[in-house]
Amino acid sequence: MEQVPLTHVLILSSILFFLGIFGFFTRRNLITVLMSIELILNSVNINFVAFNRYLYPHQLEGVFFTLFIITIAAAEVSLAIAIIINLYRRFNTIDIDDTNTMKY
Amino acid sequence: MSASTIIFYILSALIVTFGALTVFTKRIFRAAIFLLLTLIGIAGIYILMEMQFIAALQIVVYVGGIVVLIIFSIFLTSSGKEKVNPHTAVRIFTSALLAACGMIFSIWIISTHTFTPAGITPIDPSVRNIGLQLLSYKDFGYVFPFEVVSILLLAALVGSIVIAMKSKKQ
Amino acid sequence: MSYDLSSEIILFLPLLSFLLLSIFGKRIKPEISGIIGTMVLSITAILAVYVAYGYFFEFGKVGGVYVKHIVTQFSWLRFNENLSIDMGIVLDPISVMMLIVISFVSAMVHLYSLSYMKGEDRFTMYYAYLSLFSFSMLGLVVAVNLFQMYMFWELVGISSFLLIGFYFTKPSAIAAAKKAFIVTRFADLGFLIGILMLSFGAKTLDFFVLIERLTVPGSPYIAAFTGTSFLGLSTLSWALLLVFAGGAGKSAMFPLHIWLPDAMEGPTPVSALIHAATMVVAGVFLVARLFPIFAISAPDALHIIAYVGAFTALFAAVIACTQTDIKRVLAYSTISQIAYMIFALGVAGWGEGKDEGFTASMFHLFTHAFFKALLFLGAGAVIHAVHSNEMKDMGGLRKSLPITHITFLLACLAIAGIPPFAGFFSKEAILSAAYQNNLPIFYVGVLTSGITAFYMFRLYFRIFWNKLAVHQAGHSHESHTWAMNIPLIILATGAVFAGLIPFGSFVSAQGNAVVLPFNLMFSVGPVLVGLLGITIAYVLYGKKSELPAKISDSVSILYRSAYHKFYIDEIYLFVTKHILFNLIGRPSAWFDKNVVNGIMINGSATSTVMLSGAIKKMQSGRLQTYAMFFLGGVLILAALLVIKFI
Repeated sequence: MEQVPLTHVLILSSILFFLGIFGFFTRRNLITVLMSIELILNSVNINFVAFNRYLYPHQLEGVFFTLFIITIAAAEVSLAIAIIINLYRRFNTIDIDDTNTMKY
Repeated sequence: MSASTIIFYILSALIVTFGALTVFTKRIFRAAIFLLLTLIGIAGIYILMEMQFIAALQIVVYVGGIVVLIIFSIFLTSSGKEKVNPHTAVRIFTSALLAACGMIFSIWIISTHTFTPAGITPIDPSVRNIGLQLLSYKDFGYVFPFEVVSILLLAALVGSIVIAMKSKKQ
Repeated sequence: MSYDLSSEIILFLPLLSFLLLSIFGKRIKPEISGIIGTMVLSITAILAVYVAYGYFFEFGKVGGVYVKHIVTQFSWLRFNENLSIDMGIVLDPISVMMLIVISFVSAMVHLYSLSYMKGEDRFTMYYAYLSLFSFSMLGLVVAVNLFQMYMFWELVGISSFLLIGFYFTKPSAIAAAKKAFIVTRFADLGFLIGILMLSFGAKTLDFFVLIERLTVPGSPYIAAFTGTSFLGLSTLSWALLLVFAGGAGKSAMFPLHIWLPDAMEGPTPVSALIHAATMVVAGVFLVARLFPIFAISAPDALHIIAYVGAFTALFAAVIACTQTDIKRVLAYSTISQIAYMIFALGVAGWGEGKDEGFTASMFHLFTHAFFKALLFLGAGAVIHAVHSNEMKDMGGLRKSLPITHITFLLACLAIAGIPPFAGFFSKEAILSAAYQNNLPIFYVGVLTSGITAFYMFRLYFRIFWNKLAVHQAGHSHESHTWAMNIPLIILATGAVFAGLIPFGSFVSAQGNAVVLPFNLMFSVGPVLVGLLGITIAYVLYGKKSELPAKISDSVSILYRSAYHKFYIDEIYLFVTKHILFNLIGRPSAWFDKNVVNGIMINGSATSTVMLSGAIKKMQSGRLQTYAMFFLGGVLILAALLVIKFI
């Protein structure tokens, strides 16, 4: 893996990141929005691991960060799903533009 | 050009493709499956970078937990095959523009920056070392965030049950 | 009790009574409130006599000269080290004399009103307003500072507005109250400008510091003030004339006299108090207070004041000859007599032998309070008995209203200047001062006194003799209430004997004792003129006769214009309605409604609403829109950062 330059890994992760962002802006179903958020989180994980492996191989900080991100992402997804289910029971729709009552 | 670099590029191509498909596809269930494949690809990248523990973690938690949860919720909230109305073209264009700008900007920054590696003896990211540092309470020990995260997980557990619970009247 | 404490009680007791009656008025029975008011003012009157005794006989005279005695003075609003508005009480010959006059006449009016206003449904408020008026007037005369006097001046204006418009269900009363207030307020504009000019020039508002700075010869303030001149009068003269303008408004001098006849719409005791004895003399008091400055540093202003006074005296006397409402006759008589006081001040000077005018004016003020209040209260008794104000409804009342008749006769003799009643002494003092200083004014004064005797006795004969009305003895009745008769008797005693007080030894311009000249040969002339006036009145009105009608027909134009008060009111109305309203009022109203209100206020409101309507769409509640803006902002910031650091 030493021949792959760090920049290429980082480019991969940024492409994934902005794909996730585009999905977040564009998707209408709340669950697909959630999936885009998972893409974003994973791109960040790749970043951490890459930096740990290339720039700071004597430390394990990147690993720990990735560990925690995965843990917290799991917690967050479970809560988000709970909220989505609750929303579905109330409005019978999970279209993102129909959940806009907090406005003027 | 060793085999690992070729595998890296193939894997990254797969990841990007599946990621794009997750975002662009119109059917929800397919999006979930494409997400699953993306995550497996990312686990492959981790194995290539000799972080086997993280790769295993990824498969077990992300793929085995989160994507399964997502698929359950898809079934709970819609028929799974239902199509969603798309946004207006203006919206799609603006978001694509923004995302593209961001991507170009960050790629430019990354390419023009010189990263200096620290040439010190590397540590083996084995489970043993990770575990020792995770539960150590000396300097650079992560026992406190570990405990906090476990409380967070407890809170998330209780919270999601409370939110998703059917109230007695219903 | 110390004199200082008594003078403070004199000032604040009526205020206390006002607060008590106005706040708790609804819970007190009307009779009780009347008694409270009367008791309070009686105590005030007794204390005023006590303080006057103390001042004139015990502590006021220092070195043979009456000096001012400041009871209390504290700084109320300080602008800088030199200029501050102080509040205080000062005892001075003229202020002590005014304290006696005001509190005494006010006490009489309170007593009289117990019976006159009985049965009115706002009885308590009437007494509250009377107390407020007494407080304001008392505060005015003991004022230490020019601005304090101005504040009490305005308070007096308000109280008189409330009292004139007491019967506020009558439109004429409301109009009269408005007219009085507006005319006096307009005059007070001149007063305020005068105050500002004086304080600017002399850098102080305190009366005594002002007098000292502007009268001591060689003072730098005088040089600065009289150096510049405008239209032939120095700046100081203009300032003093503007101050006098305020006084002229309150004292009803021409051309600001229009409010006083209309103010007769108020209850008659109010007319007795306000428009005979106290409020209308405020202008005279003001000139007397500032007299040293007038006499020493601005004598040309004093000349102008003298001419204004003389003209007004003659003017009002002519109009009074033609009026048929008895209160209007008395109102014009008041204007005329106050004008006497004003021109007496105007012909006075400063220094030995020249300042009799000052003492004469104050003396006339003192005696006039008695007989004019008596005349008004007597007229009130007549009106109470006959239920009408017009002369044609009266006649031959001398048998049915004996006490009123006798006291009214005594007052008429006093005002006509017949010895030995009070008016003779004071009027003769004025005429002799005028004779020595300004001969044309003397002749005007003598002529006016003849006309005064004529119209007062015309009034007397028309009311009490000359039985031409249908109201007979059986219908009209004397009020058997002592509350109305006692004040008449007391005031009549004053009108008869007040002239015998050696006034000059108490009140004079410089504090020293002045002997008012009493020249028998000199006084014969005016007395004869007065008797001539009485005789003519008897001939025309003593018995039923055709002569008045024939005389009025022969000078019909003069008669009619005098009857219509020389059309002054109509001129004012024309000016205000056609010139002021159309040229100034309407364009201003248009500007205010359309430009200020339309463009600025409505316009700013509408544009704010439109702007907010445009902005509020941004809070659409759509998460993805928010996120797009978020990313856009981050990218812009990052770009800026990169551009800055690379």
